[in-house]
Amino acid sequence: MTIQFNKETFRDDYSFKNSDWAIERFPFPFHEDSYMYAVNMEQHRGGPEGSVYEKRFDVDEHYVSEMADRAMVLADDPLRCQSLPHMTLAGWDLLELIMVSKSEDYPDLFELHRDGDTWRWINKPMGIDDTFTFMDETTLPYGPMEYITRQTQGDFCVLDQREDNLWMDAGMVTTQADWSLDFDIGMNFFEWHAPVPLAHEKGIFKRALKFLLNIQQGAPARRLNWTMTVNPLLDTSPENYHKWGIQKTTLTPENIGAKQHLRVELQSFFRLPRSNALVFPIRCYLIAFQDIVKSPKWGRRLHRVIRDLPVELATYKGFIDNRPMMLDYLSAFDDGLPTSPGVFPDNATEPPLQK
Amino acid sequence: MSAAPQKAKAGAEKIDVTVSAVVPLNDLVTRFEFTRNDGQRFPTFSAGAHTVVHMNDGGTPRLNPYSLMSDPADTGTYAISVRRDDQGRGGSLFMHQNVKVGDQMEITYPVNLFSLDLRAKKHVFLAGGIGITPFMAMIAQLERSNGNWELHYSVRTEALGTYVDQLTYKYPNKVHIYYDDQKQGIALEDLLDGQPLGTNVYVCGPKGMIDWVHATASAAGWPDANVHSEEFTAPQPGKPFEVRLCKSDKTITVGENESLLEAMEREGVDAPFLCRGGACGQCETDVVSSDGEFIHRDHWLEPEDHGKKIMPCVSRFVGKSLEIDR
Repeated sequence: MTIQFNKETFRDDYSFKNSDWAIERFPFPFHEDSYMYAVNMEQHRGGPEGSVYEKRFDVDEHYVSEMADRAMVLADDPLRCQSLPHMTLAGWDLLELIMVSKSEDYPDLFELHRDGDTWRWINKPMGIDDTFTFMDETTLPYGPMEYITRQTQGDFCVLDQREDNLWMDAGMVTTQADWSLDFDIGMNFFEWHAPVPLAHEKGIFKRALKFLLNIQQGAPARRLNWTMTVNPLLDTSPENYHKWGIQKTTLTPENIGAKQHLRVELQSFFRLPRSNALVFPIRCYLIAFQDIVKSPKWGRRLHRVIRDLPVELATYKGFIDNRPMMLDYLSAFDDGLPTSPGVFPDNATEPPLQK
Repeated sequence: MSAAPQKAKAGAEKIDVTVSAVVPLNDLVTRFEFTRNDGQRFPTFSAGAHTVVHMNDGGTPRLNPYSLMSDPADTGTYAISVRRDDQGRGGSLFMHQNVKVGDQMEITYPVNLFSLDLRAKKHVFLAGGIGITPFMAMIAQLERSNGNWELHYSVRTEALGTYVDQLTYKYPNKVHIYYDDQKQGIALEDLLDGQPLGTNVYVCGPKGMIDWVHATASAAGWPDANVHSEEFTAPQPGKPFEVRLCKSDKTITVGENESLLEAMEREGVDAPFLCRGGACGQCETDVVSSDGEFIHRDHWLEPEDHGKKIMPCVSRFVGKSLEIDR
């Protein structure tokens, strides 16, 4: 196999770590030295070789451990995975999309053999070899959406489209940035985005919805979003806030480089063929501050973005109290030199830190 | 983000196809079937979807949307049924008179602006004439999932009853045919009155029929969300008009028999579009300045947008000057 899968945890002893390969391909979300909301959509049709944008569903070194963490979350709280009755067809659509994509994009890891409606799915990293009847739920151990998303990194929202709106009618949500599927299930696009500050006033959501309603088969889209997480926690859910929220108070100037993580979501959007639903995978990538600043450009830029971020956004993203300590740490990696445009680290061409 | 910026192309993704069958069904309607040139399967589609067929009519490009009427689960063939419109701008006439088995054409990926509400406990289909086509696919999809449906289909005469024989043979208890020339009509108020809670109604046919169904259902207390319609507006001919395209820095004249969108395409302006029937919103364009009257024919813009925006696929302008942001 081409990918060496880490054995690591996202809880308790937090043994999660990024290899040099994972650090270099990290989806750094800031293309310039400042940040404001935008409908920053682009087509999701590949990207630079080896980048997280290259494949339809990126598989990386954290895959097997992330799936083990998901199984633990679901064992504690089955409501993290829900599908309203009319969304089963969309679940089959999603299962097909992922199986076809992964078997084509990672033939050494995944195989799909189809003989009419009899399908055999082989997932080598997870040791799965199942034969089932497509569109017959009784032949799988879970519903189709749950079955395939227990084997795919990232959260999944499956959105029904009707009345010129999108409805959160199914999902698998265990690696979320402090929102709850159980709370949002059945809500429409404006309802589930209601808590987001500033963006409504800027008309962002109206424009985003129009864009999403028009996403067509064969033409998926993507964007990045980001927040901050103390400790490499995948499950930062409201349900478990009492467990992880308190950890935000454990930062010290000595441990912040290792403990404070930038959390980036690679969000993509695919029209599903049979159901006309929209699937919205939200893939979470974590990186410690001390790994970000290994790239001089990223260190300079992250300091400037965090320093200049409006108070409302720092509050909404949950790090307003820790911002001064973050800036103390990050300012050591900002020498005031200009940065090259774009999200990539450009380590070969950007000057080393001048202090 | 700028991970790998790519310029979005106008329209949906395209598929190169070969015409595999041309089947005349009656005096007015012919079915066209397509297979893929690359040997792959077609994408599965959701019933109610349409495809835009690209025609080359002696150098004049024509792009017309048609409902996919084949079984959505059949990924070997796509089929459309085209009604000849002798008064139209020529797209359907071209299909009827020029397209032969073996011809190479280009069609788009399926786009669905008329999908089933999968929550519905029951689906009632109301078709008028060629409006039967999306329901052919919906029936196939629902039959596969044991869906609860019934069809009420109004046709002019027995001779022009496209797919009537096939439908009544396969689904004698679910299909109800009404012949105009025998003075038969759908008793809509009674029909709506007897439906169980959670029923959704779908109508596809002439504009008058669609308006009638919406008005009748609304008067009977049906929620708007349970009444679905699809109406493609073919661009109508009109007086030629001049328009200034700001971004492209061009002034063009829209001819009598072409739409503003087609005129822009003729001039090499890469304008966005999807349905070309005033329904999807993709070609919405800001008006920079105008001195004259708009003829808005789309189903997209809100009344308060009229004059500030225009849908170039179906809408026109009469007056002294028009400048748009394209």
